[in-house]
Amino acid sequence: MTQIEPVQLLLSKKERFDREPDRRSEDFHELLFDLESRGELVVQRVQGDYVTVPTKYGTPKKIQKGHLWHHKSCGQCGHIPGYSTSIFWIMRKLGYDYDDPRDQTSCTAWNYYASATSNQAAQAAVALRNFAAAYETGYFPLIHCGTSYGHYKEVRSELLHQPELRNQVRKVMEKLGKPMVLPEEIVHYSEWLYAMRDEIAATQVLDLKDIAVTVHPACHYYKLVEGDAIYDPDVYHGQRTAAVSGLVQTLGADLRSYSTFFDCCGFGFRHILVQRDFTRSFATLRKIEVMKEEANPDVVLTHDTGCVTALDKSQFSPQAHGRDVGVPVMSEAQFAALAMGAHPYKVCQLHWHSTNYKPLLEKMGIDWKAAWAEFEDELQHLKSGDKEFLTWEDVGV
Amino acid sequence: MRTVTEDPYMKVDRVAGHENVERASKVALMEEVFADPRLPHYLYGCYECGICVAACPSARFYDFSPRRIAQAAARRDIDLMFQQMEEDIWECSQCFSCLRCPRGNNPGGIITVMREVAVKNGLHSAQEALHGYSRIIFKIMSTGTQVSPDMLQPDAFPDWGPEVKDVSENLDLWRRALPPETHHTTKTGWAVADKTIVELYLIWLETGALDMIKQVDEGIHMILEEVMEERLEDEGIEI
Repeated sequence: MTQIEPVQLLLSKKERFDREPDRRSEDFHELLFDLESRGELVVQRVQGDYVTVPTKYGTPKKIQKGHLWHHKSCGQCGHIPGYSTSIFWIMRKLGYDYDDPRDQTSCTAWNYYASATSNQAAQAAVALRNFAAAYETGYFPLIHCGTSYGHYKEVRSELLHQPELRNQVRKVMEKLGKPMVLPEEIVHYSEWLYAMRDEIAATQVLDLKDIAVTVHPACHYYKLVEGDAIYDPDVYHGQRTAAVSGLVQTLGADLRSYSTFFDCCGFGFRHILVQRDFTRSFATLRKIEVMKEEANPDVVLTHDTGCVTALDKSQFSPQAHGRDVGVPVMSEAQFAALAMGAHPYKVCQLHWHSTNYKPLLEKMGIDWKAAWAEFEDELQHLKSGDKEFLTWEDVGV
Repeated sequence: MRTVTEDPYMKVDRVAGHENVERASKVALMEEVFADPRLPHYLYGCYECGICVAACPSARFYDFSPRRIAQAAARRDIDLMFQQMEEDIWECSQCFSCLRCPRGNNPGGIITVMREVAVKNGLHSAQEALHGYSRIIFKIMSTGTQVSPDMLQPDAFPDWGPEVKDVSENLDLWRRALPPETHHTTKTGWAVADKTIVELYLIWLETGALDMIKQVDEGIHMILEEVMEERLEDEGIEI
């Protein structure tokens, strides 16, 4: 007894951590529907046609096909507008209706992860305000940005587990006159593309078998609340997320692996804004150069605003240091749109990108010179006042 | 007899420049960190395996380690956590690659909380990290977006290559050549409905998010407070 006492004394001082023995992400649905049955929140259900897809730990996920509320990305709308245009174009081409709302703020998470000038309740209220706005229209939310998607999954987890947070946010929502709504599934556009990959491939007009593709999976897509992310046994044996890669495989392109696939793009949130030397160095040394050496891709595809920005914009300065850069970067939405016959400038808007995409277009069988001439014709019409804007009719959807 | 070995990364206050910081202030800051309801879900001890460091982009380029963050928090090392709050936390890329931790830790999440506390209390590191960031805070709080469709101005991003200059010189015309209606101009490129902005202002005010920036940028706080209160007053909404 006297020998045990000092041990007990020590153990009593030891920090205790309660931890679930199984660290797989929970299936949140049960908790979500339980809170709904108790009147704490409304669950916006998936409705109409949907596709069921597999996730990391086996929980099925429903992806609604049409009638979608596009939660746009601030960065895509700001400086990669061909990204969101391509998502809309594919949806129109396949005949699915959508809402492109103005009753939407960004998730504000880029700023939050960069500067921390916000707090848990504010971030949750911003998310729920946007979800309520979607719910009021009857359209189901589809999130364009990987960070918005990841952050909203974090917010959902916090709201489901913290009654105090729910109460705090409920008071804010009451002031806004909006209900507490969470969607049945939080869906990223790349999941919609994965779910629709066979329909996309059925309308494909280009043969991509000679196009070598490397994929950068977006950290906030599959690292934050990882249980929601799509994993498919037919894509890297289910050991890597199937978002983007699954679509690339279905389109028949030459999907190539590289060793630093798990590394981030170097965006850094704060760093891309005020400390870009880090972003440039990381994107070059750990991503682009490794891809080039190990896989020699014709194009790098990714599925997030920040990743396209960091990987595309970081390849200019390193040329001054003789680094081995020079691979075009775009979203898989733009790549899929090209495969479906979308115009590289009127739809995919590749002239907004910094890396040289022209050799890729040539290899894909697209005459970029003729396409640019067509685009310039359209610009002349706009300049002369013949028409005010390019429209969906002008791009055949 | 000493039973605890000091962390080799721990600097004495005089070297770190913290000699004027009372220990009670450090304790109060860390109490704020540990009172955050997210923290119990972010910290479960540490195996010291270093997997988080291997996955961390910032660890490759800075004297930064997510393992040290988790360890210091797990053993509640107030002095080291304070040093990290002043020196380390703003190096994190917030990519959450460290979630690969086999123990289930979230060092990136611990840092998110530490950053919030640093901002709220106007710590030197927060002021320094957010120096030059005021415009972005203003943008996000007043418009609901951190980047703006008119940001691509000539010479604004010389390190992004000459293509950005092409975009900036043709910005209005190329915007008009975008088929989605919401993309047609730099104004509609991120057009948020009036009522949406009012709702956003209410969120910042009601949750205390606006007050958080008072300690790091009093000027921006004052301007934003005025903008928001004026707008809400126009709408007949009382705070």
